[in-house]
Amino acid sequence: MSAYAYVAPTSISEVLTLLDDHVRSGRGTQILAGGTDVMVQMRSVNREPRTFIDIKRLEETNRLHVGAEEVYIGSAIPSARMQEHAELKTLYPGLLEAADLIGSTQVQGRATICGNLCNASPAGDSIPALIAAGAVCDIATPDGSRELAVEDFVVGVGQNALADGEFLLGVMLRRPQASTKDAYLRFTPRTEMDIAVAGVGVSVTLDGPNCIAARVAIGAVATKALLVVDAAEALIGTTLDDAALQLAGMACQAAAQPISDKRGSAGYRKKVVAVLCRRALAIARDRALGR
Amino acid sequence: MTKLHVSTTINNEAREYLCEPNQSMLDVLRDELGLTGTKEGCGTGDCGACSILVDDRLVCACLMLGAEAQDAQIETIEGVAGESGLHLLQSKFLEHAALQCGICTPGFIMASKALLAKNPNPDETTIRYWLAGNLCRCTGYDKIVRAVQDAAAELSHPA
Repeated sequence: MSAYAYVAPTSISEVLTLLDDHVRSGRGTQILAGGTDVMVQMRSVNREPRTFIDIKRLEETNRLHVGAEEVYIGSAIPSARMQEHAELKTLYPGLLEAADLIGSTQVQGRATICGNLCNASPAGDSIPALIAAGAVCDIATPDGSRELAVEDFVVGVGQNALADGEFLLGVMLRRPQASTKDAYLRFTPRTEMDIAVAGVGVSVTLDGPNCIAARVAIGAVATKALLVVDAAEALIGTTLDDAALQLAGMACQAAAQPISDKRGSAGYRKKVVAVLCRRALAIARDRALGR
Repeated sequence: MTKLHVSTTINNEAREYLCEPNQSMLDVLRDELGLTGTKEGCGTGDCGACSILVDDRLVCACLMLGAEAQDAQIETIEGVAGESGLHLLQSKFLEHAALQCGICTPGFIMASKALLAKNPNPDETTIRYWLAGNLCRCTGYDKIVRAVQDAAAELSHPA
């Protein structure tokens, strides 16, 4: 007989043992971080009794580290704590903008970007921003750990690449150079508390006026957020002038495979994703130029 | 279902309770502890009526399990007024008639208190964005914002 249960382990090995025990006995588990999706789903789409494994008491998941080489955001770090980290905000303004768009003050006090990633909504705002920033997932596995690029972590609507017995410890980013800057824009009918009709995350690296590296990712226009390599290729080697931005926008439009729903038609979303791409690139470019 | 034993601090008082593993903090406050000042509006984190402070962080009690409160410092609307009377925000809400039916009021007070603790002198835009997660279906937003502005002004420049 299955029933709800709650445990709050304090080490990675305890979490892994709990996950393994449940897999063996066929009982369901639910990793709990901020809980802002889990608690809602528990009362609506997923009422299946299961064991909540609260990962907020682990040292590793509470790591928020900005080092000389690397940036690490643990899976228990709520958005509000990221926003309070001034250096992180300077290094990854786009990622922080994306996280800041998710939910109210109350929700941001609990919600984590790793939870946003695991929840794998096609419209999750932090996902395109993480992809653009080149974030890599740090996954705890029964054998140790493995790394997986964020663009490969989400595999479909509400589905992630975690295998049974694994959980997400955090995301890792490189510490960017001063000439690398990101930006994230989404379109919603309201300015607050809404779900993206389309979203675009970008990151550009300049050498003088020239773009030498770029990453562009689109959200809410396919079953998962997509890295658009063609858009980046249209930018590299240019000065990020209007013509280059236009081409990158068209690449996003071509890569988008949106649905039509109450938030917007597929045609509208395709149009909007190109506009957002151009605007986000202009913001990132100006940031990289120190404007 | 085995109940869980939780030891926590609510409004500076040590409290212990038993709760179901899937019981929300909101239901624990209201149904187990009789602290009914925290209201349930939507139950899905959209309306902010159940706003409380957990370790000084503003959260929706409906989006938290009661079990998660172990060792935490919780503050609810019942802890806002001091021995000498109402909190300044409560007085200002009364003065400005910043409430109609009153269901959203505890949540607005908790959210405003968290804002003023972080930013004692917020401008109107900051107040409106900060309070965007609190819904008032009587739609008396202007009076609420004025009350918070007035409280902030008095905090910055005490009469």
